[in-house]
Formats: sequence, C-alpha cells, structure tokens
Amino acid sequence: MNRLRFWFLLPAWLWLVLLFLAPLVIVCAYSLLSRGTYGGVELPWTWESYRRLIDPLYGTILLRSIALSAAATAICLLMGFPLALFIARATRCKSLYLHLVILPFWTSFLVRTYAWMFLLRDTGLVNTALIGLGFLREPLPLLYNDGAVLLGLVYGFLPFMVLPLYATLERMDPALLEAAADLGARPWSTLFRVVVPLAKPGIWAGIVLVFIPCLGAYLTPDLLGGGKSVMVGNLVQNQFTNARDWPFGSAVSLILMLFTLAALVAFYRRAPKELL
Amino acid sequence: MGISLELRNLAKHYPGHAAVDGISLQIPQGGFFSLLGPSGCGKTTTLRLIAGFEEPTAGEVWLSGALVNGRRPYERNVSTVFQNYALFPHLTAHANVEFGLRERGLRDRTARVRAALELVQLAGKESRYPSQLSGGERQRVALARSLVLEPEVLLLDEPLAALDPKLRKQMRIELKELQRRVGITFLFVTHDQEEALSMSDSIAVMNHGRVEQVGTPEEVYLRPATRFVAGFLGAMNWISGVGLRPETTRLARDTGSLNGYPARPAIITRIAFLGNCIHIAARLETGEEAVAEVSRGDAQLNNGAYRVGEPIHIWWKHADEMHF
Repeated sequence: MNRLRFWFLLPAWLWLVLLFLAPLVIVCAYSLLSRGTYGGVELPWTWESYRRLIDPLYGTILLRSIALSAAATAICLLMGFPLALFIARATRCKSLYLHLVILPFWTSFLVRTYAWMFLLRDTGLVNTALIGLGFLREPLPLLYNDGAVLLGLVYGFLPFMVLPLYATLERMDPALLEAAADLGARPWSTLFRVVVPLAKPGIWAGIVLVFIPCLGAYLTPDLLGGGKSVMVGNLVQNQFTNARDWPFGSAVSLILMLFTLAALVAFYRRAPKELL
Repeated sequence: MGISLELRNLAKHYPGHAAVDGISLQIPQGGFFSLLGPSGCGKTTTLRLIAGFEEPTAGEVWLSGALVNGRRPYERNVSTVFQNYALFPHLTAHANVEFGLRERGLRDRTARVRAALELVQLAGKESRYPSQLSGGERQRVALARSLVLEPEVLLLDEPLAALDPKLRKQMRIELKELQRRVGITFLFVTHDQEEALSMSDSIAVMNHGRVEQVGTPEEVYLRPATRFVAGFLGAMNWISGVGLRPETTRLARDTGSLNGYPARPAIITRIAFLGNCIHIAARLETGEEAVAEVSRGDAQLNNGAYRVGEPIHIWWKHADEMHF
C-alpha cells in the first residue's frame, strides 16, 4: 500500500521539486549575485539588487500595479456578479451561457490582446467609426494608457471571476430567495442580506483568482500600455531582456512573490472559515 | 368570525396541464384549515399562488377582504413555513427570526424575537446556526420566523414531512396547540390523511386541481362526497357498488342471528395481527375482496380464532353503507 502511494505521488513530487522548488532556489541565488555584462550572472555575492529596489521609482510601479489590479478585480466583481447570478438563475440555455463565458479561452490570449490593439488604436475600428459618424474630429487616445491596461485586465480575467461566483450561486437553494421575499424583503434587500452573504466563498475565490494574476500580468500592460503604463511584470521582463540585469529582475520577482503571498495570507485571515 | 382568506375560481395552467383548475374556498379566521390530497393534486401550487410566488392564470385571491392578485410576496401579509424550512444558513436562529422584523423596520425586535423563540420552546438556542440544530429545532425556528410577523394567514407546506415518524406525531399535537394559542389562521398542506384528520378544524380534499369536498374531519371521513374522498381518507371495501369502511365491515360464522342485515358468504384469505386490532381479508363469491377490522376481544369471543380458508359471512348495517 505504502509502496503504491509512493509511486503515485512521485510525479507530483518531481513536478514540485524540479519545476517549482529548484527554480525558486535559482531565482533566490540570482538575486544575490552580480550582473553579467551580456546578461546572466557572475560572482561575487551582493545585496546590491535589493538596495536598488529602495528607489521610489520602483515603489511607484508596484503601487500602480496594485492599484490597477485592485481596480480590475473590483470591476470584474461588479460585472461578474450579475452575470453569474443571471446564468445560475437561468432556466434554459445555462450551459450555452457558460460556454460563452469560457469561449475566449479557445484562442490565444496574445491574439486577443492584439485584437484589442486593432480596435483601440488611432486608426482602429472604434475611432474610425466615431470619426466616420461625425462624433469626433480627432481620434480619442484609447490605447497606451492606464485605461487601456485596465480594460485589457478586466477583459482577460473576467471569466476567472464569473466561474467561482457561478459555482456558489448555482448551489444556492432557490427557496431561500422565496423565503426572503415571503418575510418582506424587496429584491435589493434579498440581494444584500441573502445572496451576497451566501456567495462569499465564491467572491473570495474570484478575488484571489483575478487579483493575483493581474499583479503579475506583463503581456497586457506591454501591448496595451505600450511602455507608458508599466506594471511589475514588465519591470521583471525588461530586466531579463533589454536591460540584461538578471540579478535585479530576480530580486523584483521575489519581492512581487512575497507581496502576493502576504496579500493571500491577509485575504485568508479575513475569509470565511469554510474556505480553509 | 370573519373570513381570513378567500379563493374565487382560482386556476393555474401550465402548458399541457392545469395544476389548479378553478377552486373556490373560504377560510375562516383563527382556524386550522388543511388542504389534503395526493402529490400532484395542486395543493402546493395553491399555496404558492396565495403566497404570491406565482400568479394565477385566472381567479382571485382575497386576503382580509382585499384583492391581492398582482401583489408581490413581500406585499402580502401571509408567511410560509417551507417544506425544507428554507432557513438562512448564514444567520443564527435569532437572526433568522429577526429577518422579517428588520425588513419591516420594527422596534423592540430583540424582545419580539425572544418571545417568538420562547413560544416554540427554543429559548437558549438563539445563537445556534441552522446547521447546529436538529430537524425538529429547525422547524421550530421556521415557525417562529413566520409567527413573529403575526401574519393574517400562516401557510404550512408539508412541514412535518421531513421529520422522523415519532417526532412527526409529537409535532402534530404541538402545532395544533400552538395554533390555538396564537389564534392565527393556519393553512396546512399535507398528503397525510391522518395528519389532516387529527389537526384540522376543516379539511378541503383536493384531486386533479379541484376541491372534491370541504368539511370537518368527521364529515369528510364519515360522509365522503365522492368515491375519491372516501378512498383517500381511509381504507374502503367495495361490495357490489356499496362502499364500507373496514371498521364497519363485520364477520359472522352463521347468518341466523343477523336479523335481516345484509350479508354475503366469503372465504377468509388473509389474517393480519396489527397489535390493537386484527385485519381479516375475505374473498366473496363475486371475486371481490373485503377487509374487516376486528378488535382482539371480538375475534376470540366468536368461538375461537378465525383460520385462513374458513367459510364465513360478511355483514354490515345499512347506516354504514356509502353510496356514490
């Protein structure tokens, strides 16, 4: 029995050690080494990369990342909740709606983000249409700003909010809604006193599933922010490519990881017990 | 005594079938009124039409003299005890009972909640969540949650069905007692004829979306208006088109002493000992089978115990015959 257990668990252990633990140790080591001239790292050991992080410039980027991620999470929640509730309460076509939510996953995220660029740029569909209809003379600056990044993040991560919300709302006994109305609760009151409290596990799961990937996003801010709206993910990517500063890139990603971990711990401290 | 609730030609049609097919009822204030019928007879739909969860296809619902068609559930002064109680799992017993009071913005809520929980004998369990309560306790919370609002009519949708048999019998007595004490009109939906007979002041027997008979428990049991009511409210023997309850079906070894009472020869086919009585089934010459409920004493007085295969006479009194 124990033998069988060992062999069945082996792939998972190998996975964790080779693809999670080993890279983590390597990143840790890189962050404490010196920068190589053409990329890579060399001796001696140094705290230099961490010392450079104190620069307020990086603090600003981190704060901007948090603010954008928080805003994206909030918008996803506000948009996703009614949608999830609608799908959960739908009497017909339920699985069609669910498939529509996950339909975007069928094509590459990169392609979809490029599609947004075609829509939003000065000569893109939106601006061309608005000018053509006579609403505008000059194109609106829709691309390469925080708004475009926010739009991209909400677009990309909305399904991660909708699915856990749907899962909890779908399990909710419809008789509870009738009971609330029966006891005198109007629809808004039922929503805030019954539906939202019961959907809490889904809300927490959705927040975690959207906020954390947003914090590490680099493709969306890279393409839709165009280097003007930089997030932590871009900072890391830049160190390993253009800047050829692997130790600093490693240090930034470790700090990001620590921050994410701290955010998760804070979340779960406040989250309902049944999630743990 | 006024009328709490009146239904006038109430109907609810779904594509292909009529769940409620034109029922009219007057439910007096302060009584215990039951809707009794088999599953699918429309009794639960009727309750939902009264509560406002569904709108009727035709007909009217009058509550305390006001037409309430079109009013939302939160605009009707009725309250429902659901079959599975539908307690809010994220709220304590106290908060569940307080829910409706808060919606109405009433003051002295804590005192009212405490009084309601005491009424259903749940004092001391205020801070428990529904998951920490037994089935019977949950039912009491559901009752308190509705009663605390002092509705014109309390609607109970098979509230005892989810309880185990022993508790169910105990709750029958408690529920009836509770209704007498609070004086609120109870409209009780059930498919269990024993429940309806033992608790109700009046019973409406329903079948296929219609009311077959309204009456006191004695009336519907002793003088059923239709064949269906007779069969649904208790066991029936059918002898050449005449209906007889097993307890009025009698046995005799010879016809000499029967003084002209109607009698039929038969052969005993089954004997079942039920503890407080004995059920003896016999086949008549027509092929019909009748069951006689005989008390233990009677069975022995008749010159020794009956045996399967023994020829016998089934007889009855004219007054006990039911004709439809």
